[in-house]
Amino acid sequence: MAKKEIDDRFKKFGTVSFTSISKVNDFVDYLEKGKVMATKCKDCGQIFFPPRADCCNCFTSNMDWQEVTGKGKLLSYSKLEYGPVGFGDDLPYSIALLDFGDYKVFGRLASELSDQDVAVGMEMTVEANTLPNGQINYVFKKA
Amino acid sequence: MGKVGIIGVGQSAFVRGYPGSIRELAFEGFKEAMTDAKISAKDIDASVICSSPEYDKQRSPAGTLAEYFGLTPQPTFYVETLCSSSSTGLKLAYSMVKAGLHDVVAVVGFQKMSEITSAESQERMGRGADIQWESPFGTMMPAYYAMYARAHMAKYGTTSEDLARIRVKAATYGQINEKAVYRKAVTFDMFSDPENAMSAPVASPLRVGDCCANADGSSCVIVANEEKAKALCKKPVWILGVGAASTAVNMAGRDLFTGLTVGEQAGAEAYKMAGIGPKDVDVAEVHDCFTIAEMMAYENLGFAKPGEGKDLIKSKETYKEGSIPVNVDGGLLSKGHPIGATGGSQIRTIVLQLRDEAGEMQVKDPQIGLVHNIGGVGLYGNVTILGR
Repeated sequence: MAKKEIDDRFKKFGTVSFTSISKVNDFVDYLEKGKVMATKCKDCGQIFFPPRADCCNCFTSNMDWQEVTGKGKLLSYSKLEYGPVGFGDDLPYSIALLDFGDYKVFGRLASELSDQDVAVGMEMTVEANTLPNGQINYVFKKA
Repeated sequence: MGKVGIIGVGQSAFVRGYPGSIRELAFEGFKEAMTDAKISAKDIDASVICSSPEYDKQRSPAGTLAEYFGLTPQPTFYVETLCSSSSTGLKLAYSMVKAGLHDVVAVVGFQKMSEITSAESQERMGRGADIQWESPFGTMMPAYYAMYARAHMAKYGTTSEDLARIRVKAATYGQINEKAVYRKAVTFDMFSDPENAMSAPVASPLRVGDCCANADGSSCVIVANEEKAKALCKKPVWILGVGAASTAVNMAGRDLFTGLTVGEQAGAEAYKMAGIGPKDVDVAEVHDCFTIAEMMAYENLGFAKPGEGKDLIKSKETYKEGSIPVNVDGGLLSKGHPIGATGGSQIRTIVLQLRDEAGEMQVKDPQIGLVHNIGGVGLYGNVTILGR
């Protein structure tokens, strides 16, 4: 018998991933192709970010993938001078939250943005990003 | 069903690097509460043990602690809601007593944060958030609260100086609380001195001085039904209201970034149950894991209107002599924040205040006290209202 293959694609997400197996592992494939994706329930139409496999309104799992596009408004951010174990090489970096209207996206500001470039309320876009350690995530850039 | 009263409170000193095991640490708070209540282990019908398990090497600590305390064969339960575990434990104990399941219940909170290294502890705290979608970006507790601080500043013009005032107040009382881990003064000038550690950035806009002190510690609250409380205790303190709420773990699932919805909702529920409003509160303990958290608590609990928390601290109304004294035991900022023990310690402070036994920290003649205890980054909210 061939050994059953484990789909652990999610371990590639972020500097350090704490999850390897998820029903939304396709998120990682899309990200590798440069697309940041949300899921949309085929039954009620709600868009979910972060993407989820199951709809808690309909109790169904009929999901479509939908790309996160356009501009989001920067709701808040913070630049970290200390990081958790495994994140030391990324320091300093900023975590942030964008509002796209129907949903919000939590992530990081692009590392090239300086403090002067960033202000609450500014418009930003989200882009797939490869990290120095070969992992992938997404970052926010000035729109 | 009658009232539910608190008949004994205790806590260990909050310290760095407790020189003993978790059962020995937890026993310190339990022993003080039992001595306070003047009862023995056979008078306790059940125990609720509260901590945040990722710091514990012991699996399922409830059994281990119950045995060490002499509380077997009575039932014991384990409760966890991160930093608000022992407030949740108190609500569970209240419910069990109110339902008539047990007459007297001990709620024991503890955390030996030094079981693991400081870096491991920070990593675990980050995992109190969404580990699938947020932690891979390198999140930490201070950075999340910093995002709330940034949003509060952007909307209301709150400044880092306003936040520093909260730290200065906390240190004023930490110095006179013999149980506090941080007993030193903090002056306003320290925050503007780049050479001073207090002014060092942690996660902008929060600085070292805006962050609470990690500590090892334990607490215990003993609750009883009305009949037992009156029979066993000369000055029982009554639980008038308990409120609790939860929200989305992921920041992306939230709508408010200038306050904590769980604080508002738990507060509203507790006020309604107690039949009182914010103006009736004579003394409060709020969850000041970071200075901004206390600022938001002022507003979420109705001590100030949204955006006006800064005026409350500027005018020193939350000092001991003010109209609404808050955290006059040093708060989490100076007294320390041993996760699972924190709620019980806040309850103890208010019980001592309502019994006029708070010594140098005593507020003048309080009738009603409030405890606001948050788990995670505004993930779980617990508000408890106590009265004489």
